[in-house]
Amino acid sequence: MIVGEQKPIAEIIKSIQPYRKILILGCGTCVKTCFAGGEDEVAVLASALRLSFKKDHQEIEIDELTVERQCENEFIQEAAESIGNNDAVLSLACGAGVQAIAKRFATSPVLPGINTSFIGIQENPGLFTEECSGCGNCELATFGGICPITRCSKKLLNGPCGGSRNGKCEVAPDTDCAWQLIIDRLKILGQLDNIRSYIPPKDWRPSTSGGPRKLVREDHII
Amino acid sequence: MNSSSPSNLQQLLSDGKFVVTGECGPPRGSDPEIVRHKAQLLKGVVDAVNVTDNQTAIVRMSSIAASVHILNQGLEPVMQMVVRDRNRIALQSDILGAWSLGIKNILCLSGDHQTFGSQPEAMNVFDIDSMHLIRTIKIMRDEGCDMSGFELKNPPRMFIGAAANPFADPFDYRVIRLAKKIEAGADFIQTQCIYNMDRFKEWIKQSNEEGLTEKVHILAGVTPLKSAGMARYMKNKVAGMDIPDSVIDRMAGVPKEKAAEEGIKICLETIAELRQLEGIHGIHIMAIEWEEKVSEIVKAAGLKH
Repeated sequence: MIVGEQKPIAEIIKSIQPYRKILILGCGTCVKTCFAGGEDEVAVLASALRLSFKKDHQEIEIDELTVERQCENEFIQEAAESIGNNDAVLSLACGAGVQAIAKRFATSPVLPGINTSFIGIQENPGLFTEECSGCGNCELATFGGICPITRCSKKLLNGPCGGSRNGKCEVAPDTDCAWQLIIDRLKILGQLDNIRSYIPPKDWRPSTSGGPRKLVREDHII
Repeated sequence: MNSSSPSNLQQLLSDGKFVVTGECGPPRGSDPEIVRHKAQLLKGVVDAVNVTDNQTAIVRMSSIAASVHILNQGLEPVMQMVVRDRNRIALQSDILGAWSLGIKNILCLSGDHQTFGSQPEAMNVFDIDSMHLIRTIKIMRDEGCDMSGFELKNPPRMFIGAAANPFADPFDYRVIRLAKKIEAGADFIQTQCIYNMDRFKEWIKQSNEEGLTEKVHILAGVTPLKSAGMARYMKNKVAGMDIPDSVIDRMAGVPKEKAAEEGIKICLETIAELRQLEGIHGIHIMAIEWEEKVSEIVKAAGLKH
């Protein structure tokens, strides 16, 4: 999922200051799962903002709406009327959702209410970890299903650096060394040979280094 | 070890000499006198001088520029180059530039992570890793072309070095990683500072058994300790460092004013022990901001050839 975290309330208040009628627009998929932008978070944020503005004797009208996914047209359309009724949209979707709204509603200001963090999983209740950088050329088969590009602090492809200690990364003692995990797992799988030989430099063109990416699926073009 | 570099360090190692290298950290500023002064302390003492590349991710005079100052003082630099700050285009460009300036030795490193430095908000690069840098320089030197296959006029005939840290984990991959660095093109290896001799002996034993020490020149790293405080700091704060408690206790066990002397003594004992080991071809002395002691250590250890 896309993992995100709600922005500090002070930053949100500042960003909505110029507007009197705000739609807080939640997204019911990834950011709901990571407790950043689903309907519950929309409701809590709306109450907090109403209270804050009231305390400061400022007028504000806040609408609440959560759609299934802000990155898909059919769901975005469900929000069209509410968006039209307000001065601005405070979107609690990831950056893709915010931009999807901006693209489709040319005259409505859209403000981000969360910081999009990474593509990850919920490792344990309340703990989300980054697992994928979306590099565009998956090499997980070589590395036993553990991504060194995402999970090694130095993106090393040819083994652990000199800072791997007791299974932990030198950069953060509470972060596992990806290479320790890779080596342990390849041993279990009997595939240590995968990383005995030289692994050549990565072609970054399919990643963000190639400029904005797009995917064309001819079979789905109407 | 079949490189055709005109490096003097390579010549000495090929002749079977037991070499000694030192280290010079460029200043956090642009005063060449600081580099020249450090060079003078090491001149006639060591066979080559490592010039660090923004070590600990702190902005310093570039290793290329500092290497040229060292060269102009009549010493041979080993220019360190990390992949943290430059992509493959900049790295290759700087290798060509370094060669054009007379720099003949290079040490390929990943680099300390920028979060350890003075500007942790910086973006890192890590376009290629240290293994790739080794291979890139080998291809530039031996095949005369850059990473795209473009033929280079006057290719850089660098003597290629790499680092090894026998004290990092997982231990059993450390010898595999050494083998990979040799296969990638490393001519010589400089190790992390050695304080845990038992672990180092195990690493060199395995490397000998794998035949690796016949394929590469290994220079064992040492750093004299100035104080018990420094020992504790290095143990706890410096990534990849392994200082046994016995060493710290020994430093702490002498009066403060005798600590530096004790640190030198430990260093000399370490060098003596390392010289007895099969597969070691030299000593790399990293006297951090203590360059004036290198001469004393080299003399006392009998390292002059």
